[in-house]
Amino acid sequence: MIEHDVVIVGAGLAGQSAALAAIAGGAKDVAILSKVHPVRSHSGAAQGGIAASLGNADEDSVEMHDYDTVKGGDFLADQDASLILAESAPETIYALEHMGVVFSRTEDGKIAQRPFGGHSSPRACFAADRTGHAVLHGLFEQVVKHDVKIYSEWYMLSLIVHDNRCHGIVVMNIDSGEIDVIKAKAVMFGTGGYGRIFLTTTNAFASTGDGAIISYRAGVPLEDTEFMQFHPTGLYRHGILASEGARGEGAYLINGKGERFMERYAAGMMELAPRDIVSRAEQTEIDEGRGGEEDGDAVYLDLRHLGRDLIMERLPQIWQISRDFQGIDMVHEPIPIQPTAHYSMGGVPTNVAGEVVYDEEENVLAGYYAAGECACVSTHGANRLGTNSLLEACVYGDRAGRSIAKYLNGGYEDKPASPQVFSDAVAQATERANRVRAMDGPETLGDIRNDLKQAMTTKCGVYRSEEPLAELVGELRDFRGRYERAGISDRSRRFNTEFFEAVELDHMIELAEVMAAGALERQESRGGHSRRDFPTRDDENFLKHTLAHRTEDGTPDLTYKPVKIIRHEPVERKY
Amino acid sequence: MPEPITIRVKRFDPDTDAESYWQDYTFEPPSDDSTLLDCINHIKWFMDGTLTYRMSCRSAICGSCAMRVNGGGQLVCNSQYRDHLDKDNTITVEPAGNMPVVKDLVTDATGFWEKIRAVDPYIKTDAAREAEGEHLMSPEDFSMIDDASTCIMCGACYSECTSYEIDKNFLGPAALAKAQRVVHDTRDETQSERLAQLSEYGGMWDCAHCFACVQACPKPVNPLYRIVDLRNEAHKQGFHDNNGSRHARGFVDIVEESGWLDEAKLPMKSVGSLKEFVTDLSPMGVRMGLKNKFRPNPMHLLPGRHHPPVPKMNEVKRIIDKTKSAAEPKDKD
Repeated sequence: MIEHDVVIVGAGLAGQSAALAAIAGGAKDVAILSKVHPVRSHSGAAQGGIAASLGNADEDSVEMHDYDTVKGGDFLADQDASLILAESAPETIYALEHMGVVFSRTEDGKIAQRPFGGHSSPRACFAADRTGHAVLHGLFEQVVKHDVKIYSEWYMLSLIVHDNRCHGIVVMNIDSGEIDVIKAKAVMFGTGGYGRIFLTTTNAFASTGDGAIISYRAGVPLEDTEFMQFHPTGLYRHGILASEGARGEGAYLINGKGERFMERYAAGMMELAPRDIVSRAEQTEIDEGRGGEEDGDAVYLDLRHLGRDLIMERLPQIWQISRDFQGIDMVHEPIPIQPTAHYSMGGVPTNVAGEVVYDEEENVLAGYYAAGECACVSTHGANRLGTNSLLEACVYGDRAGRSIAKYLNGGYEDKPASPQVFSDAVAQATERANRVRAMDGPETLGDIRNDLKQAMTTKCGVYRSEEPLAELVGELRDFRGRYERAGISDRSRRFNTEFFEAVELDHMIELAEVMAAGALERQESRGGHSRRDFPTRDDENFLKHTLAHRTEDGTPDLTYKPVKIIRHEPVERKY
Repeated sequence: MPEPITIRVKRFDPDTDAESYWQDYTFEPPSDDSTLLDCINHIKWFMDGTLTYRMSCRSAICGSCAMRVNGGGQLVCNSQYRDHLDKDNTITVEPAGNMPVVKDLVTDATGFWEKIRAVDPYIKTDAAREAEGEHLMSPEDFSMIDDASTCIMCGACYSECTSYEIDKNFLGPAALAKAQRVVHDTRDETQSERLAQLSEYGGMWDCAHCFACVQACPKPVNPLYRIVDLRNEAHKQGFHDNNGSRHARGFVDIVEESGWLDEAKLPMKSVGSLKEFVTDLSPMGVRMGLKNKFRPNPMHLLPGRHHPPVPKMNEVKRIIDKTKSAAEPKDKD
């Protein structure tokens, strides 16, 4: 058994921020565990920016940032969380800048800022179009400087919860295939999202929602998973992200007929309306026959009028990406794009201290923390604004880290679980691992995964409605059965990536079940959840957060908790 | 449907194989515009689940999937398989070089990360003097670290580095690019210490300019150019007391003399003292002579010109003067 005071699972922006904050707060023994090397974390793929009302480009304020976030989230955001996000943003950016994060600059040497969707002022601080990469590597530099213990390429198999307290995690060393326990006074999840359950996604192969499902299986509900963000500009068919920063710099969206169609949907903000609105507009253009490419499933991002110099200075990465993956030079040609699964607004419920809360009354599960995309605090509500995700991961990762330090200094009661608790957890994980390694049925994981993504995309995508969702819920039970009948061919222990793909698919199927159940029950349209049969927002019945609890037979049971409305009463959302 | 292709993979599992072996997979790629990674995934998901490799973002930003394709280090996610087909419709894939193999295409990058750590890859500033808001940094200063900071630490350069291959003390291209990123970051206050350390054996002067790293790099880092940035900075700041710097300056001096590069003079100029010439270089000279790598000519040990000057020596002089004045440090306010 390995022991640490603190173990952080996931080494993206949330996890590394938490580790550094815990250390700054006095924690002596902090370890980070990740199934990929820290700099391979998916935070690094974020491109366009990180929000803060610095006012370097135009007048701005915390109040404006807060309101934009709440309105962008279609009033489902908890307003204690959104205000903290906006208030903490400037100091967070300055702290990152001081530690060495590389930012693009204005002529007078300040951090450059550009416009972004749904933000009423140019608020996106950026490093060309690789902002996530810049922050991820900047944080990793500090993790190296502080010599934080890193378990790189270790996989978490389960969370150990006993007597309403978290005691550690069960892990597998990917290199050796050996199972062990990491016993810890505090466990923090920054395990990222689950866009991989959709066919076309910006997410990395690693974004399979492991943390969310492991938490769910340990008895903690999942909040608001039906709110899935579809990014308006994923490369057609590839899904690779083409930053919203392109539209921030002035790019147009055009349909197959060459029309700037956003005029019909958001005449005020046009291409810079929030993502849910732009993605629905694109999907409507496509569904009504005004799409482009062979199958009519694409619209276009047009940067031609921006000119080569600006593209090369501000958007060099996406220029390279569209050249490498589509063979297109965006200086001369519009690039085909489509709505693409991007970000999960829902996740492990937490309070603003980053502590995980497990019921409608928001009682805290001691010793368990979460932040970033895997968590739901909820500052993004029903739809996240671009550049608020990197910010949220840093701000709430940092808050979770501080809470952990405080907990170790005061709140922690030295009541270790009995050895039996740990050995049972290991036995259970070992039994599961052996079962996966022995899978020898006729179904192939690749087929099941593709079919799952197809089903989710068709029936739980940009637009949803009763009948397909009800069908989907039934189908997903069949997927569970198909998974039981699947086979794998690699039965070795050393670096068995097929084994982990099998475990991840198990997590993906369960996540799909939770998301579909939430989407079916939510009979309204709000932010990233859009029902054709209930096209308007219904504050009377659905101004509330979904909580999905796992029942004995593995199916989700839904309850709800109120939204924290503090300063901004819900009004109709217009752009 | 695309025509069938063959991907030839070098495989190895230390638990079951005495040595590595080649395995051919012949199949129709998923589509005409599939990337090489799409093809490798197709093998894993539908042909042979035991094939082992790393990958994650599939958009050239996470740096997981560096390996050797047709003999050269690169990512497999950011190019189409069509670009790599040889005349037999075959693509050869091997693990990255300069690292031990863990299994199939997975390598152990511990050594790579140790090199990165060795350059103190973080900004060192005096916290007491910390700015209220952001530190100011001009767009020009930003542009000095722009390219180096795009590094995704994929290790493709390290895989192909010929200097590291023969001398494991060499920091290698990625670590030196990272060093350049911190040396030229105006927030760092330890530039001189860093340049002194990087001028030592194993540092910036041990690169042999083979350009393999530039060819392998999937980003605009181009490590060799960052190494040149470091050398220029070291020269500007007067870090001259090392073989690398002496070698570079000696090169210019010699050419200035006659327009020729008189290679017999270069070793002496590089080591800086007769004692080191005798103790360090002479044994190698003897060995090279014995293997007919060069014919020793005792006359070359004499001082003075060994070659008649090239015609139009004044033009050589002009080129050198012009280059020197261009490399002069600009005045800073």
